[in-house]
Amino acid sequence: MSPDLWSLYALMLKARLFEEATALLWHEGLISGELHLGTGEEAIIAGVVSHLKDDDAMALDHRGTAAMLMRGVDPVSLLREFLGSEKGLCHGMGGHMHLFSKEHLAASSGIVGAEGPAAAGFALAAQYLRPGSIAVAFFGDGAMNQGMLLESMNLAAVWKLPVLFVCKDDGWGITTKSDVSTAGNINERVRGLGVPALDMEGCDVAKTWEIAGEAINRIRREEGPVFLHTRCVHFEGHFLGFQLIRIVRDPLQEMPKVAAGLTKSMLRFNGAAVRERIAGLKNVIESVLSTLQDPRRDSTNDPLSHTRATLQMDQARLKQLEDKIKEEINNVLMTVLVEAPS
Amino acid sequence: MKTMFFTQAADDALSQAMAEDPRIIVFGEDIPLLRRDLLVRFGPKRVRGTPISESAFLGAGVAAAMAGLRPVVEMYMVDFFGVCMDALLNHAAKVEAFSGGKWTAPLVVRAPCGGGYGDGGQHEQSLWGWLAHIPGLTVMVPSTPADAGGLMLSALQHDGPVIFLEHKLLSESWLEFLGSGARKTVQFDIPAEGAKGTVPQRWDPLPLGEAVLRREGREVIIVSVGVSVHRSLEAAKTLDAEGISAGVLDLRTVSPLDKKAVCREVEKTGRMLAVDEDYETFGLSGELAAIVSEAGIPCKYARVCTQTTIPFSRDLEDRILPNIERICSGVRQLMK
Repeated sequence: MSPDLWSLYALMLKARLFEEATALLWHEGLISGELHLGTGEEAIIAGVVSHLKDDDAMALDHRGTAAMLMRGVDPVSLLREFLGSEKGLCHGMGGHMHLFSKEHLAASSGIVGAEGPAAAGFALAAQYLRPGSIAVAFFGDGAMNQGMLLESMNLAAVWKLPVLFVCKDDGWGITTKSDVSTAGNINERVRGLGVPALDMEGCDVAKTWEIAGEAINRIRREEGPVFLHTRCVHFEGHFLGFQLIRIVRDPLQEMPKVAAGLTKSMLRFNGAAVRERIAGLKNVIESVLSTLQDPRRDSTNDPLSHTRATLQMDQARLKQLEDKIKEEINNVLMTVLVEAPS
Repeated sequence: MKTMFFTQAADDALSQAMAEDPRIIVFGEDIPLLRRDLLVRFGPKRVRGTPISESAFLGAGVAAAMAGLRPVVEMYMVDFFGVCMDALLNHAAKVEAFSGGKWTAPLVVRAPCGGGYGDGGQHEQSLWGWLAHIPGLTVMVPSTPADAGGLMLSALQHDGPVIFLEHKLLSESWLEFLGSGARKTVQFDIPAEGAKGTVPQRWDPLPLGEAVLRREGREVIIVSVGVSVHRSLEAAKTLDAEGISAGVLDLRTVSPLDKKAVCREVEKTGRMLAVDEDYETFGLSGELAAIVSEAGIPCKYARVCTQTTIPFSRDLEDRILPNIERICSGVRQLMK
């Protein structure tokens, strides 16, 4: 079977526009607390979620919006939830980090790595109650250092649980580069637990769809869990207002605030030797620079432009599709915003 | 007179101690960015980032403390203790007892806590009652910059495990990192006197388990910690206008608990309102009632606490966290 790029693109665009709208509302102060966007990982989510069937389950991280939308959760009730409305998906109790839909067997967590045990449990229930169904866990590469996730992989392997573990690797754990926090090779790590690991770029939705499809078929055949290691870029970093990205986008505004403290610390009497202090300063500067120079932070790595390039062969159909989805998201926004308290 | 922000004060006291004691090292997730000023002053050997592996690095902090270091382990939020509670519950808290008093784990675990900025029930809990429930743990909940610095220094000098909790509404840096993300479009009900205040020229440790009377009152004593102390002070002003004289006692440390001060104030007033942002049942508020009851002091008692999972919705959240209105009506109830 070959992927239907049009419907995959539609899923991705819907999620992208929805999330961009939530970003706007966050900046306007209508959404409180943290907001973790999944913009940049749409091809991974679409490639996996489009294979799911009615009885399949999803264990989501703090970045679960796209998966919820693509799974068919009503965007109006989702947006209401983001705004804390009592008419929201979870009556305003959960917010974007704690999205739950019992009818879709989809549960989120703001605790890094918690998707592992959750997916294992959903899969265990599937073994007894819904044979042939599977559970998917979505998490970042930062979670690969969390014990409970690795323990879940082992459990899934020994019990042959129908779990697809999907690691969305953006090379960062919050504000820390993964190369200073993750030792060894994570594919080898997972294989060491008896779980087959597949590695791929997460920007090409046709590829993610094909590879995820094969993995999911294997899991449905009760051959045990599979680990998908996918690469992506989070255009907004860990969350909106991410300090490193703020510095990069608006250095004149942000850098002096940071620099004042650093200069003072550099010069303060008592403390480490100058060489150590310079090493500390380098450490800070490097994390800013690597945000700035992240080679993947350009539009060629945008999964949407990637797919769009192929679909441009039929301009008229593309325009029609994009207009339709824009209108749909606009309608969602209008519906929800008229209810929002001013 | 010198003034500081809340977290600035805690960091300043920590850096005073680090300059004097090379055994103090600091580690936790994203610490090179979050404590970058300490990183630049003391270098990357003493200020380190960790993987997202709380069980490993908190557990390692406990044993490193046993083996001679004075680690300050930072947890992103008090809620995340859920991931690594074993290190505190079964290890840090038990070493002294298990070794017959011969060995301790002098580490400081620093974590932001509390709600009021719309982050939902997995990121806004208080949990000091849960922590203080365990014998062997010292639990600090400062409410002013001066106490944040002073208690940080006592934590670093204490010969056992200390949990140092910073309320996010008081902490200028945590609130920016998690609440506003540098937006100017959101407002928080920040207690001004807790967020910024006068501090000593040089930090001295504060005694552990010594409450401070923030306001004298003749008819009722409101006993509280953290942000709720400031809410209680506001409420006491409102009540004063109604002719009710309410005092406010700031416990500062939940464990050890200043039982003497609590009993002294209750004896004076005969009425106690416990105001606790932590969960209502099986926690600090009940403990306060128990202390007074055990001491045989006649007392009318009520409490204002968090009774449910903290809602994400800002409106709902403001209603379920202890607020001035709830505190006032609690006191009025006691006056009937």
